[in-house]
Amino acid sequence: MGLLDRLATRKTEPDVQPRLSPSADDPVFATKALRKFLSCLTSRESPVLVDLGPVVGSNVSFFGEQLGCKIFVEDLFADLDRHVRAGTLEALPAFFKKRFPQEAGSVDGILCWDLIDYLDRAAAQELAGELTRVLRPDGALLGFFGTAQAREARYTKFIIADEVNLKHRSYEAARGRQAILLNRDIIKLFAGLRVSDSFLLQNNLREILFRKPA
Amino acid sequence: MWKRDEAVRPVSGGQPVAAAQPPAPAPAGNAGSRPETHHLMEKDIVNIGKSVVIKGELNGSEDLTIEGHVEGTIQLRDHVLTIGPNGKIKAQVFAKAVIVLGEVTGNVTASDKVDIRDNGSVDGDIISPRVAIAEGAHFRGSVDMQRKGAAAASPSAPKAATPQPAAQQPAPQKQEQNAPQRVGA
Repeated sequence: MGLLDRLATRKTEPDVQPRLSPSADDPVFATKALRKFLSCLTSRESPVLVDLGPVVGSNVSFFGEQLGCKIFVEDLFADLDRHVRAGTLEALPAFFKKRFPQEAGSVDGILCWDLIDYLDRAAAQELAGELTRVLRPDGALLGFFGTAQAREARYTKFIIADEVNLKHRSYEAARGRQAILLNRDIIKLFAGLRVSDSFLLQNNLREILFRKPA
Repeated sequence: MWKRDEAVRPVSGGQPVAAAQPPAPAPAGNAGSRPETHHLMEKDIVNIGKSVVIKGELNGSEDLTIEGHVEGTIQLRDHVLTIGPNGKIKAQVFAKAVIVLGEVTGNVTASDKVDIRDNGSVDGDIISPRVAIAEGAHFRGSVDMQRKGAAAASPSAPKAATPQPAAQQPAPQKQEQNAPQRVGA
């Protein structure tokens, strides 16, 4: 696993051209972990979902109408942008500490997307701790982690096309990705969770599904 | 000629809306967009102009468009509430359908649909069987899509069967060129 990780980080360009969606120019990439994440949610009735990304109407409809989720939209990318622009990044860990109103163990699933890549170590550690706290035992967290250094300061909206495909829609950001995390760093970050599944996509994105031990 | 934004018809101050009931409500999403229908729509839709500030409880039995400021509670249980581009609401909202083009701070409950349009903004929790959020809209809060009709259903009504989620339906493997490699855990 370590060897594969190291090999993957040498890539600087995606070696696979994404398909273009027929309805828009957003590239569509396959996802393996999303289906497993969904199956974690469907095992419970009226699951509670926290989405850390910007609001995406079709995702809200997907989770709300098809899965019957109660969805909390917590756009932490917007929070991060605000702190970057205000020059208060050092206050971000403390901000994350108070950010989530959810009770401990009350959330069935968390869509973390690739947020961790954009955070400094201290903020990422605090956020991971908070996410672990609010997740219920056997709950699931889906995270994406880049394996190549990005050149632009842009975030990505992940739009669910179906359970095995995600549209990637980029938009302007106040900062780019920070240091690339190795698998062991990620595992250490989410020390309270266990890695259930990990996939390395050919577009240089790692998908990791965490579960909270029951 | 029409000056729809300057008047409050027939609302006044914080008093409940009590206009004549229209025979058939016009589609609120098209309010003001077609001049040839203004005569008809003026009878059908109450409009709170952008210079109007209301604090208190707003009840009504017809469709309502708000371009002004409202603080308190808005109840249009069987009708459509449209928050216009200039509308600013700090209120708990209960309606059949809510269309947001302006700003809403507060919880929104709709028995049919909540529609946040481009540049619309909602800070609060939404309870509605259908929710549409446009690209460019702002939303912060939670969304609880109860089963259709659940918002208006009596507590004794039987719970609707949970539809089979797409995630449980078998889907053929595709897109081999971008197929992920499992690297284990």
